[in-house]
Amino acid sequence: MNRYPVWKYVMIAIILLIGIIYSIPNFFPSEPAVQISTKTEQPIEPAEMQRFEQALKDKSLSFHASENNGSQVLFRFADTDVQLKASEALKAVVGDKYVVALNLAQSTPQFLRALHANPMYLGLDLRGGVHFLMEVDMNAAKDKAYERYEDEFRDTLREAKVAYLGIAREGDQLVAKFKTEQERDAAAPVLGKVYVNNELIWDRKEQDGSYILAAAMSPQNLLNIEKFAIQQNITTLRKRVNELGVAEPVIQQQGKGRIVVQLPGVQDTVRAKEILGATATLEFRLVDDSGNDAQQAQSSGRAPIGLQLYKERDGTPILLKRKVMLTGEYITDASSGFDQNNQPSVNITLDGNGASRFSKATGENVQKLMAVVYIETKFQEVEVDGQKVRKPVKTEEVINVARIQEQLSKRFQITGLDSTKEARDLALLLRAGALAAPLYIVEERTIGPSMGKENIEKGFNSNIWGFVAVVIFMVVYYRVFGLISSISLGVNGFLLFAILSMIQATLTLPGMAAIALTLGMAIDANVLINERIREELRNGAVPQVAINAGYERAWGTILDSNLTNLIAGIALFMLGSGPVRGFAVVLCLGILTSMFSAVTVSRALTNLVYGYRKRLTDISI
Amino acid sequence: MIELFHFKKDIPFMKYGKVTTLISLGTFVFAVFFLLYRGLNLGVDFTGGTMIEVRYAQAAPIEHIRETLKGQGFPEVFVQNYGSTQDVLIRLPVEQGKSGAQVSEQVMKTLKAESPDVQLSRVEFVGPQVGQELYENGGLALLLVAAGIIIYLSFRFEWRFAVAATIANMHDVVIILGMFAFFQWQFDLTVLAGVLAILGYSVNESVVVFDRVRENIRKMRDTSIPDIIDNAITVTMSRTIITHTSTQIMVLAMFFFGGEALHNFALALTIGIMFGIYSSVLVASPLVLLFGLKREHLIPKENGIEGANPDGSVV
Repeated sequence: MNRYPVWKYVMIAIILLIGIIYSIPNFFPSEPAVQISTKTEQPIEPAEMQRFEQALKDKSLSFHASENNGSQVLFRFADTDVQLKASEALKAVVGDKYVVALNLAQSTPQFLRALHANPMYLGLDLRGGVHFLMEVDMNAAKDKAYERYEDEFRDTLREAKVAYLGIAREGDQLVAKFKTEQERDAAAPVLGKVYVNNELIWDRKEQDGSYILAAAMSPQNLLNIEKFAIQQNITTLRKRVNELGVAEPVIQQQGKGRIVVQLPGVQDTVRAKEILGATATLEFRLVDDSGNDAQQAQSSGRAPIGLQLYKERDGTPILLKRKVMLTGEYITDASSGFDQNNQPSVNITLDGNGASRFSKATGENVQKLMAVVYIETKFQEVEVDGQKVRKPVKTEEVINVARIQEQLSKRFQITGLDSTKEARDLALLLRAGALAAPLYIVEERTIGPSMGKENIEKGFNSNIWGFVAVVIFMVVYYRVFGLISSISLGVNGFLLFAILSMIQATLTLPGMAAIALTLGMAIDANVLINERIREELRNGAVPQVAINAGYERAWGTILDSNLTNLIAGIALFMLGSGPVRGFAVVLCLGILTSMFSAVTVSRALTNLVYGYRKRLTDISI
Repeated sequence: MIELFHFKKDIPFMKYGKVTTLISLGTFVFAVFFLLYRGLNLGVDFTGGTMIEVRYAQAAPIEHIRETLKGQGFPEVFVQNYGSTQDVLIRLPVEQGKSGAQVSEQVMKTLKAESPDVQLSRVEFVGPQVGQELYENGGLALLLVAAGIIIYLSFRFEWRFAVAATIANMHDVVIILGMFAFFQWQFDLTVLAGVLAILGYSVNESVVVFDRVRENIRKMRDTSIPDIIDNAITVTMSRTIITHTSTQIMVLAMFFFGGEALHNFALALTIGIMFGIYSSVLVASPLVLLFGLKREHLIPKENGIEGANPDGSVV
């Protein structure tokens, strides 16, 4: 009765083999490496590769392996010291088309990689780096949409030659005022034609003697705007992170309005935060030339109609026209450089649409003054009614005023920046695109690299020593059956590791704790079985019957107790975030693997040891 | 064979039911009192704020760091050693008008100015909004697990078992929380994960005993319910001790080798394991009795169970 059919042994052996193959890559140490990836679509040519290698040789930095897979070059080094030097050396020579980043390369043998057997990703707490949770300011996204509608209303009505008194935002509505009912009713179909698909909900009313056409964004439209804001921001963040040079970054949406950004290996968090969180954009506006006094506007705090008050870098007030000639969205490329006076400058390239708009706008205004407005949004915490609230603070500055000498088009230059660093950062932000809505950091976790290494050791040590102690305890107490239980526990560990590697889970310190905990709890199944066998023996059953009954009867209990555990694990997974979630994944998978190993694997071992003996009078338990 | 826990006679646990329930009630009230009176020492995960861990080349001048930072406009700074004399943990509440990023930069600048060899090991900044959410989600997870377990056990056993196991379980959780409140150990996300893991683990214990009770009810036709429960607890005693010892060995390994980060996690698990044994034996089972468990509750009229032997047992 204690014999398995051959196919069952074969199946177990195959599962074990798979388990070993897929868990083994985790035990090869990772090597410090520098990765160079291309920003363009073109593959990296061998000639370029040689250029990189030469740069390393010039500095007598030796690498022990290099590979080029077309879009990415990887150099492996003996230690982090050489790695850092090499990264500096490469950054100096690669040029604009490439990004250099530090990385940890796996050293898994080729034949294992061919089977897609890769190690697990190490979480930030194990390899060092920064984790940001950023919240998208949805109100700002909404404001921006209303601003766009406002401009479009004006343009549309002007083109249709419908007179209106004014267009303004009032709460969650855009309100257009008309002198007569006829004008309003003429405007309604004109605007209605532009906005199909019910993106706006219209309302007509009469108020204080003027006729009003009000438009509010439909719920569906708002939802789309939110979705778009998130997606746009993720795309932008991805571009910015690439500019920063980070290997294996994680940028994901979390929940409705949040984005997780994880940058392994990044230590300069100050710069990372500046680049990620800033929403810098440019606006080009005409300077007022009708002789209004900017000083007077500043002291009264009110700008004349159609104008807006700004400040230049040195604090001098300046009046600009409300109408924007061009916004930063049309910028396709920006690079830092120097102008003819050797002052830092940013060279800007526009897309086709932007170029035609800009050439029209500048063409109409040759010889007039144009201002470049730099807009940056940062968040500040203020107290409102005892509640701490984050408020966006917009800094708008005129960085440069210049006379339009000629019609500007696709390419032009802005000057008036303070330093080359500023020119570089501005170029980077412009290149990476504007954020659809401001982001602010609601959670930040930074882990230093030495801390990561220590955490790996700690997690590893607690698992190993815990396991060894459990094995000793089990073998002393249950002898041969204790050994069988211990082997199945080891198998459980391997299988758990294999599954986690197969799904390419991210291993964290809480994850390692969960592995230790599941191993500690998994032994329960074997204890249940062993105790049952002892009990059957005590009740006078012969060994073979006792073994069989022990396994059979313990099964129901094992199932019940593991399922209740699984319920807790699933709840943890559903409601947890970050480290708790990782913990839950390991816990759930561990429960599943332990059911297999504790019951099937240990039974197979028991069968092999005892099942084929003709006359079994005594078992070691 | 080594048998540490083989008892010739069943131990009359149910006789002491009243006493043990009173003891439990006592500890429970004690735990609730400290939870309300002192409250949990919540980490920045839940309260929001900034936590900075730095390492010095020599022993860190804690008092000096505290004074320096207070002088730099951080009146509510909290500084302590973390694991070793070189490691320092700095906690700051959410600062008005400053983002967490700015706070950590400013602190590091100040410390670097004082002693250039100081190194940043870790920064955690959690906004107040996120902290609140994590806290609420934690509570929600607790309720969800309890509900899930009640539903599953009602389906597998009977509602009396389900409710008893859940109460015993919650009793463990409250006692862990009470201990954390009493000693003012820091309660963060990892500890919460530990507490939730204990929920699943501790109910295991009750399930094993209940499983035996059900089996005994079918086999031992002439025995009274309290005696049946006594027998079930006695025969599973050995397994209880061995399993918990194994788990505890693993947890101890975490406690000793896992470093500061896993310290409180291991602590929560240890308390959970200890009280898990106690509560499943001496809380859950008396409760089942108290709820008025009868033989009929588990044996369906007529030969209900599929494939059951004539005596009603299932083998």
